[in-house]
Amino acid sequence: MTGLNTIGRSLLRDDQDVLDGASPEAARVSSGAGWLKTVKSIRPGLVLAWFVMAVVVLWALFPQWFTSYNPTVGVARQQLRAPSAEHWLGTDALGRDLLARIIHGAGNSLSGALVAVGVGLLVGTTLGIVAGSARGRIDGAIMRGVDVLLSIPQLLLSLSIVILLGFGIVNAAIAVGITSIASFARLARSEVVRVRASDYVEAAFGSGGTFGRVLLRHILPNSLTSVIAFAALQLGWAILTISTLGFLGYGAPPPTPEWGLLIAEGRNYLARAWWLTTVPGIVVILVVLSANRISQSFGKARP
Amino acid sequence: MTSAISLRPTATDVADVPVLEVDGLAVAYRGPEGFQRVVHEVSLRVRPGEVVALVGESGSGKTTTAQAVIGLLAENGRLEGGAIRLNGTDVAGWSQKRLDGIRGQKISLIPQDPTSSLNPVKTIGAQVAEVLQIHRQGSRAEIGARVIELLTRVGLSQPELRAKQYPHELSGGMRQRVLIAIAIALRPALIIADEPTSALDVTVQKRILDLIDELRREDGTAVLLVTHDLGVAADRANHIVVLKGGRIQEQGPTAEVLAAPRSEYTRQLLADAPSLGKTRSAARSKPVHIGPRRDAIVVENLVQDFAVGGREVFRALAGVSFTVRRGTTHAIVGESGSGKTTTARSIVGFQKPTAGRILVDGIDVTSLRGENLRRFRKTIQLVYQNPFASLDPRQTIFQIVEEPLLNFDPLPRDDRARKVEAILDRVGLPPAVLTRRPHALSGGQRQRVAIARALVLDPQVLVLDEAVSALDVTVQAQILTLLDELQQALGLTYLFISHDLAVVRQISDTVSVLHNGRLVDGGAVEDVFQRPGSPYTRELIAAIPGGRNLDPRSFR
Repeated sequence: MTGLNTIGRSLLRDDQDVLDGASPEAARVSSGAGWLKTVKSIRPGLVLAWFVMAVVVLWALFPQWFTSYNPTVGVARQQLRAPSAEHWLGTDALGRDLLARIIHGAGNSLSGALVAVGVGLLVGTTLGIVAGSARGRIDGAIMRGVDVLLSIPQLLLSLSIVILLGFGIVNAAIAVGITSIASFARLARSEVVRVRASDYVEAAFGSGGTFGRVLLRHILPNSLTSVIAFAALQLGWAILTISTLGFLGYGAPPPTPEWGLLIAEGRNYLARAWWLTTVPGIVVILVVLSANRISQSFGKARP
Repeated sequence: MTSAISLRPTATDVADVPVLEVDGLAVAYRGPEGFQRVVHEVSLRVRPGEVVALVGESGSGKTTTAQAVIGLLAENGRLEGGAIRLNGTDVAGWSQKRLDGIRGQKISLIPQDPTSSLNPVKTIGAQVAEVLQIHRQGSRAEIGARVIELLTRVGLSQPELRAKQYPHELSGGMRQRVLIAIAIALRPALIIADEPTSALDVTVQKRILDLIDELRREDGTAVLLVTHDLGVAADRANHIVVLKGGRIQEQGPTAEVLAAPRSEYTRQLLADAPSLGKTRSAARSKPVHIGPRRDAIVVENLVQDFAVGGREVFRALAGVSFTVRRGTTHAIVGESGSGKTTTARSIVGFQKPTAGRILVDGIDVTSLRGENLRRFRKTIQLVYQNPFASLDPRQTIFQIVEEPLLNFDPLPRDDRARKVEAILDRVGLPPAVLTRRPHALSGGQRQRVAIARALVLDPQVLVLDEAVSALDVTVQAQILTLLDELQQALGLTYLFISHDLAVVRQISDTVSVLHNGRLVDGGAVEDVFQRPGSPYTRELIAAIPGGRNLDPRSFR
């Protein structure tokens, strides 16, 4: 019954498929107006998101290109200055230039996010793929473990892990990564199960494929697209969570410039120097939104 | 009410004023290249009480034409010209709101897919009542009574119970009856039936078409029947309109079109339609036998149980036995749920039967495990029903066909490439497709790729699981010809799983008819067709569309 219904649906769709066989005239027209189409197809939000990401990556890689101030050593008698031509975003309580601290902090925050996503992606996806392709008891054991991870509030879990591992930006990143293992594992497993049920995987087994070969040739390439899109989404979330840990004092120790820490430090001077919390906050929001937007475009590009 | 159309013509002009008159209809869809016209200059008329069939392959514009008539074009569709006159009033330019007034009341639709056309979270009764409520047909109690009456009218047993049930509790045929009940609820003058039976089994199809016929006769409703099956059109329509590429190829009274088709395309369609009475003996010569006359497949007393829920067991196959001689084609026929796919999967070794023995080429499949099972796969290959799902979308055609070779004794790269090219040539595909991916190919081409992949290991037996059911008739005819050629050239044995008796009659030598997991009939195809041994087989044969209005010799 189901088989027949799929045919029915494909027949129903087919009238619209006529468009796919574009006529030669249509093709000629399009090449003439090609550039116009390219311009039209640009989505400003996405371009902006990539721009934000590019700037932040450049900050992380070459902070000296953007600022000449030292991010950790303050200048005497320059404390808590309002934004001016000399210090574009003002200075903090120790006389350090805020812009310099944000720019130098990009490296810490981004690498932390990458480590976090890397841990989640590698461990989580591997667990998910093993669970999804082995099924049976192994599947049950892995997924129940994942359920346990999911049942602990994420912040609590990452705080406990930081306490176990010791303070520091890398440890905070690993802690955040461990909390995202569960969602990666679930997504990867569901994708693998979906792909495994498809006819082409059965056909691959039917033509004499061994388990490992079918996994590498069919299951992995077809299930990883959405995992990659999810990883991009997680990047934004990881920046946010690492900043949270930094804000709570579980991340990078002062005087390291780190976005969460910047917000926490500025909190004491909220009334006198609002820019100390607001600007780093806005930067975090912009980066997270950009990561979300980019991951969304990955998701849409899926076949 | 916005419509001022009189849809109840007086007795005198019944034959003259058409219920529906489409004149020079043009529809375009917005694609990446701007608007592109898919329906050109389509004109047709439907008189009261008449069935007009729109026949064509997928992509011919038949569904688009039907959607345009009822004002339900897809969002990217646009009416570019022409008139749609309902009882003389042109509704082509009407707004959706204005059309709402006549949809359901003067003109209604029976959609194609009964599974997705009903709301799964509402009861049947509520869904039938909805159309009555929208058009304000009386009080709640009156509507309730009318719903029961309608469900009785479309032949549903226990209508009171059905009204309280949800769609998933009903079979496909019953759901289609519910959709028909909704369509006829307000006694419209015109019903558009868009492939109303394509998703249904052949015996259910016959009952549904009979029902539509009966309702039409009794109420004098006109029907615009959209179908890809010329056999259905031949049986049911007074008038046939043949569409191709959005243009009318030919139209006229059914008997005339079938007896003396004017366009080349119609002739082609008629020749390709399997349901129009062709037999294998006419289509090909004697089966070839290569080597000793051994049995390629022996199935003995096959039993397959599936666990349902906790401890309950569902018996999908109850003692099925048959043998297939080498170099011949054996068909397994049955409706959905009859166990034919289960049989095929057991034979290929994808599942272990509960009891019974399967010998393929002398090897007992049921005892194979691990590496032996993998080796065994060289001798038997399966071709799937849906070529859209059975090819990995990420692989190129070359990779797809090459893959089985990589799984066994590795050949040098050049040899592999040569072998892949040779097999693609064999199935009639140009070398240009090698670097493409499946989505760039048509359904027929994809099925050829799937056949090439199955053949590249030089198997003895090919199991074709509904391998042509998803294809248009002309493509289907081409694939069947190809299979025939391959069998002649390579001495292959086919196990052909199908629900379509017409195709079976055309391609196979012997047949087994399955019903609810039991073998009810079997033997040589012509014997079974001429002297069916069970009432079920007789019913199946009677349900083949295309038998009524047609003498197969007239167009040969």
